[in-house]
Amino acid sequence: MNIDKRINALAERLSYIKDIFGNLENANISMLSSELDEFRGLRGSISTKDSLRKLARLEDLFSFLESKLEKELTPMDRVRIVRHPQRICLTDILENVYDNYTELGGLGEFSIDPSMLIAQAYITRRVGQKVVHQPVMVIGQEKGHGQEFRNGGSVKPWGNAKALHYMKVAQAEGIPIHTYIFTPGSYPVEDYPGAAQQIAKNIYEMGKIDVPIISITSEGGSGGAEAIGLADRRLMLSHGYYSVISPEGAAAIEANLRDGKRVDDSLIAGCARRLGITAEDNLDMGYIDRVVQEPHLGAKPNSYEFFRNLRSEVIRATNEVCISVKGLKLFRAMALKHKGPEEGEDVFMRWALSSRARARLVEKRYEKFRTLSTSAYMDQRSVFLKMGAVVQGMAWSTKSLFVYNLVGRTVRAAKQGMEEIQAEAHLVKERTARLLKNKDESGPDIKISSDVRDKLLCLSTSDQSPCYEEGSWKYSSPKCRDDRTFSCPNSATEGCLDLWAPDLFGDFAGVCSNCGHHFPMEYQWYLYNVFNYAEGFEFNSGIESANPLKYEGFDLKLDEARKKTGLRSSCITFETRMDGINAVVICLAAPFRGGSVGAAEGEKIIRAAERAQRKQLPLIFYAHGTAGIRIQEGTNGVLQMPRCTMALRRYVDAGGLYLVIYDTNSYGGSVASFLGCSPYQFAVRSSKIGFAGPRVITETTGIAIPPDYHNAWNALARGHIQGIWDRREMGRNIGQSLMTMGGRNLYYR
Amino acid sequence: MLNIKELLEEIKASPYDEIEISVPHTGTVEFTGLKVGDKVNGPSGEWKEKPGTVLAKLTRERNTKSITAPEKGEIVSIRQDLEGQFVEAGEVLIKIRHFLSKEEVIQLILKKALFLFNAPEKAKYYFTPEVDAKIKGSGERSVKVTEGMELFIVSRMKRETPLNYSGPEGLIYSVYFHNGDNVDAAQPLIGVCPADQLKQIQEVVNRVQSEWEEVD
Repeated sequence: MNIDKRINALAERLSYIKDIFGNLENANISMLSSELDEFRGLRGSISTKDSLRKLARLEDLFSFLESKLEKELTPMDRVRIVRHPQRICLTDILENVYDNYTELGGLGEFSIDPSMLIAQAYITRRVGQKVVHQPVMVIGQEKGHGQEFRNGGSVKPWGNAKALHYMKVAQAEGIPIHTYIFTPGSYPVEDYPGAAQQIAKNIYEMGKIDVPIISITSEGGSGGAEAIGLADRRLMLSHGYYSVISPEGAAAIEANLRDGKRVDDSLIAGCARRLGITAEDNLDMGYIDRVVQEPHLGAKPNSYEFFRNLRSEVIRATNEVCISVKGLKLFRAMALKHKGPEEGEDVFMRWALSSRARARLVEKRYEKFRTLSTSAYMDQRSVFLKMGAVVQGMAWSTKSLFVYNLVGRTVRAAKQGMEEIQAEAHLVKERTARLLKNKDESGPDIKISSDVRDKLLCLSTSDQSPCYEEGSWKYSSPKCRDDRTFSCPNSATEGCLDLWAPDLFGDFAGVCSNCGHHFPMEYQWYLYNVFNYAEGFEFNSGIESANPLKYEGFDLKLDEARKKTGLRSSCITFETRMDGINAVVICLAAPFRGGSVGAAEGEKIIRAAERAQRKQLPLIFYAHGTAGIRIQEGTNGVLQMPRCTMALRRYVDAGGLYLVIYDTNSYGGSVASFLGCSPYQFAVRSSKIGFAGPRVITETTGIAIPPDYHNAWNALARGHIQGIWDRREMGRNIGQSLMTMGGRNLYYR
Repeated sequence: MLNIKELLEEIKASPYDEIEISVPHTGTVEFTGLKVGDKVNGPSGEWKEKPGTVLAKLTRERNTKSITAPEKGEIVSIRQDLEGQFVEAGEVLIKIRHFLSKEEVIQLILKKALFLFNAPEKAKYYFTPEVDAKIKGSGERSVKVTEGMELFIVSRMKRETPLNYSGPEGLIYSVYFHNGDNVDAAQPLIGVCPADQLKQIQEVVNRVQSEWEEVD
């Protein structure tokens, strides 16, 4: 019987190997296969003793060839490993790494989102004579071993909301958080709270969670991974992958296939290789801190040695985070440095932090992310300019502190005091006047000038917009020189007549005069007509998109984009003056690689936020269109999600006004992070906003979505955005927003 | 009384609709290479979001518009002589023969044979509890309606008013809404069939179901 079990185990190992190598012709695999068959054939004819001897030899052969095959693993093989049903899942880790755990928020199918698993777990250790229990909050995607109801670890928005809720619980309890990332990407549903919005919220909040967060990545697919991945220490399993997009997704984009045609396997494997998704690649780029070694060909639920190793690694990582912010740490810090990864449990440390240590922790986390991916773009500015920028930054900070905080605050306080006194005096005056008037018994006489009366009673009209001067716009679209007509897409339902291009794109600003449909307009139209770009000052224009992964053929595409648009990256940042108010504007221009965000764009956004914070200016983000994260930059791109969000959060926390305006189509990682985190998000009419485009949703989930699924009105109804603006009134609406919204540090009010 | 058999014979004599496709406005016509006898498709997709087969292109002021097939069918005539010509609005380009499907034939017969009781205003409609229970219990054809019978509850903005049936006496043959649906004004709510005609109608419907040959 024992022999049968061992043969079955070998057969299972063989089928696993075949699965991993994708039925590729391989001499080692066919050798294993034939040896196993041969042994099975012989089994009836030889003695038990001989069988046992031969079986032991066969098992040795398996181990030997597995270690040999391990060296041949390609990135795509690793992708197949993490997706295999025999791969370890979060429950296996909870069972084997932690000493005791309680699942929170439901079990299995009976949960708000079964693909997100939350558990309060214990790590029990002996310190001297005492047994100490250290609680941690374990949060992660649960794939199960091929359980259909868990959507393969694709978390719906409410699952991410659950994760965020329990992170806050952990923060209240002061216990560390361990997050396990086992997701191919988030589930792209827009139902409230919306996939993109919830991920944005998670990243925004995680930036300031002041307990240690350790993340362990097995399968890290873009947005889904970032939703719980913003951590102080980022570990990665040696056979895992961490990527901006699944290799299949990247290949589909590369091949530009439509109508659900299949991409050939070699292109998928090529994409997996070029995207730099393995643990080793990510360690080299500095996006993870350490790799946890797995057994040959990946960890399985019975790899107990691996679980011991993982336990030691997570304890060690938590210790490291605590020690880096603790006050008293002298010997333990030294001890921690000299211990190997397998001795993580030897050093004991309380994971509760003082309030000062917690503040330091948040600060350190920001610094950690701020310095990531800084070598993934080109900075064309001269050394002199760079030095100047640093000095200037310091000068602005000092000026801001003095002018707005020290002097400004006093002046504001005095003004407010005066206002209060005036209001009191006004009341007293009115009361006495009424007493006197009662004696005369004359009615109140109202005197309003005709000017004020007009302002109060007349409707505003779009042709009085600040940029519409003397019957023409400051910038008119080149399309308005075309002698042709355009048909409104709503003409069938709304009965719109065709419009002549010079009228449509000239006077009407690209808006259908019947139904108000907004035809797409160039980003320059907004820059000149709304943001007063001509009188503005562009900064950091020397920061240029690069090809950090040396992605094949991407340099050429970048050159093309540069030539076509005259831009160096899809992001334009400038300081401008609108209606007498200075502001910093960030513009993502769709013509440059679809407005995708890479390291250069991320850096520019962060610098613009820092500039706005130093100079205490309002910050307006105009997304002319964005396709999300630039896939050719791999993890360099994904990292911009937490980086930019953290920088913008610091700006908002410092009291700034962060306003987001969407135009045309905005999808993907940008919406799911730095755009979606703003409390004030508006959309230009006829724009589309969402987490994934219609094609991606149909491809990943197999569900067809209605044609109007992503339109701005639906986004408004779902609560993604706060309002919809007419293009012609955008300038005035921004002026209004600047005067009515915003934080405590805005200088102009 | 309507002669249903005659109606059916009439439909059988010409089991199709002929749809004329005319140009919506003036412009230069360009055909897409379709011939007489070619099959075309109507709009498809769950929300009819995918337009039908492109029949022709019309260009005016350098603005090219596609003219697509509104229904599935077969081309019976095509004005090839207009290829590349400037035509005025309303000129017929193509005729499509759309063969009626089983469902369409049944609906056509029912719409003519039944008395349709329409919604008087846009609101949510429900059956009264007694009727609702009866329909749920033994099907809609078990409910006999008479003039002045309280049949519906009209619900709008939390105001609920009863609605009395007015029309010929008979059985409810088909219901065109779900309980609680928002129904537009003048849309049919139920189709009523006189009790003596019920057997006849059912027979015809059954015959259509079993005998009607769908032409693709």
